Amino acid sequence: MKRSLFGRLWPNLTAAVLFVGFVFPVYWMFATALKPTGDIITEDPVWFPTDITFEHFKTATGVDHFWTYVTNSLIVTVLAVVFSLVIALAGSFALARMRFRGRRGFVIGFMLAQMAPWEVMVIAMYLIVRDASMLNSLVPLTVFYMMMILPFTILTLRGFVAAVPKELEEAAMVDGCTRVTAFRRVILPLLAPGLMSTSLFGFITAWNEYALVLVLNKEAEAKTLPLWLAGFQTAFGDDWGATMAASSLFAIPILILFVFLQRRAVNGLTAGAVKG
Amino acid sequence: MASMTVQTERPPSGPAEGPSDVRKPGGGGPGRTTPRAASRAGALAPYLLLLPACAATVLLLGWPLLKDVLLSFQNLNMAQLIQHVTEWNGFGNYREVLTGEDFWRVTLRSILFTAVNVVLIMILGGLIGLLLARLGKRMRLTLLIGLVLAWAMPVVAATTVYQWLFAQRFGVVNWVLDRLGWHSMADYSWTSSQMSTFFVVTVLIVWQSIPFVAINLYAATTTIPGELYEAAALDGASTWRSFTTVTLPFLRPFLYATTFLEIIWVFKAFVQVFTINGGGPDRLTEILPVYAYVEGVGNQHYGMGAAIAVLTILILLGLTAYYLRIVLKQEEDEA
Repeated sequence: MKRSLFGRLWPNLTAAVLFVGFVFPVYWMFATALKPTGDIITEDPVWFPTDITFEHFKTATGVDHFWTYVTNSLIVTVLAVVFSLVIALAGSFALARMRFRGRRGFVIGFMLAQMAPWEVMVIAMYLIVRDASMLNSLVPLTVFYMMMILPFTILTLRGFVAAVPKELEEAAMVDGCTRVTAFRRVILPLLAPGLMSTSLFGFITAWNEYALVLVLNKEAEAKTLPLWLAGFQTAFGDDWGATMAASSLFAIPILILFVFLQRRAVNGLTAGAVKG
Repeated sequence: MASMTVQTERPPSGPAEGPSDVRKPGGGGPGRTTPRAASRAGALAPYLLLLPACAATVLLLGWPLLKDVLLSFQNLNMAQLIQHVTEWNGFGNYREVLTGEDFWRVTLRSILFTAVNVVLIMILGGLIGLLLARLGKRMRLTLLIGLVLAWAMPVVAATTVYQWLFAQRFGVVNWVLDRLGWHSMADYSWTSSQMSTFFVVTVLIVWQSIPFVAINLYAATTTIPGELYEAAALDGASTWRSFTTVTLPFLRPFLYATTFLEIIWVFKAFVQVFTINGGGPDRLTEILPVYAYVEGVGNQHYGMGAAIAVLTILILLGLTAYYLRIVLKQEEDEA
């Protein structure tokens, strides 16, 4: 069936227009961040930054406590991801490999937990943390973020564990490994892509979290990057160059992780679904 | 929270679900323990492995939920908060919330807001997903890159970018509208009215949510067996007919699940609404999660806020239960 010229052309044209539509906000963020202020505050937009400047990045990172926010965000995010991976690995192994009463119930329970309305629960969490005298601390943030990503991590890892052929594990056990060593030597290495993609999504969730830290941590020493970014526009008024530089800095780690790992993550997911 | 996969993947290909044989040994080291002891340990092993996850869930999710319910029955304002006193007032908060006009207005607004967003997301996302399937390799990759970039943008960063795009002075959107001949928009303040604020939030949410739907839908179309189309073509079916008889039925369960997921996500879109305009102007763009926050934390009526939160959670729970029913039924059908 041959398609007419129009029939071949319109999908490509639509795709091109859509591409521009989806990329433009991201492009405009970087472009604005790199333009001198004179090119930002103009009656006619300057579409392509010609003389590139890094002054806005200097303004954005020169804010008091900037490096504290960076450190806080990194600590909280990385710890939350690591803790949830460790806890989830044990649980997902049981769910994927063992038979026991109530297994289905556990799976449904974690599915429900995955949909937990965290944004709505901040009042209760605030009072719990306040009563424990833990406001303005990174500890509650870490454990709650860990919990926010735990159900997703368990459910996804379950698929990855199930995708590892059972025979490999059994062979190792025939060779005299205990179940634990078989897990460590055989399953764990094969799980690497699965661990990577699940931690990617966990990382994004924790890195972006805004509602809880907004309520819990009012002191600068305990704030994280999303608060810095959301407060930027208020603090800097119409300094769009600096605001976009701040947005770029915040988005870059996620964009890089996502673009580089997305393919692997998706491959991992499909491999997990097809194999076995 | 846009970065998640739909939980409609095939169930893990591990041991088949069925009458669970509890006594089956977990496979302890051969000859190290008596069979009976080993089998007892084996029977306990899965529960022990799940213990940390369950403990964390009860402590860190169950407790806040319970606390929320308890708070909703208390008279808890600034004074009580500072003095650490607990004043129970029964259903007082609920009576006040449910008999007041505000709650119902906000609920209706939340429902309309969610409906508009989800309809746009599903229609546009679906069409783009089908377009992806039709494109050539190079163009498809290009569009995929664009979609992934929008998908990956952190929400708070995306909101600041949209504030800049829609800025009153020097914003690109106003400039374009002015150029297109709509001169009254040259200095328009998008955050000055309810509808225009919602418009910006909707564009933002739809832009960020489409990639998830489109990419997953495209991935789903690639799993449709080609023979089905060949059979349809042999029967003399037109393109449209093979779309309605092959593509659509195949994608239906996926579309159901995704729609519900999007409903849940949009319904609790706190960050976008809150950071764009704080629920303003004049609290006119507050949706339920924002309303609970402003009432509870902002106006320091913690008990009231908790009651609103509980009601919101109940609505979400209903939606989630329905979603899980769809997903679980699907897993069973596939297994």
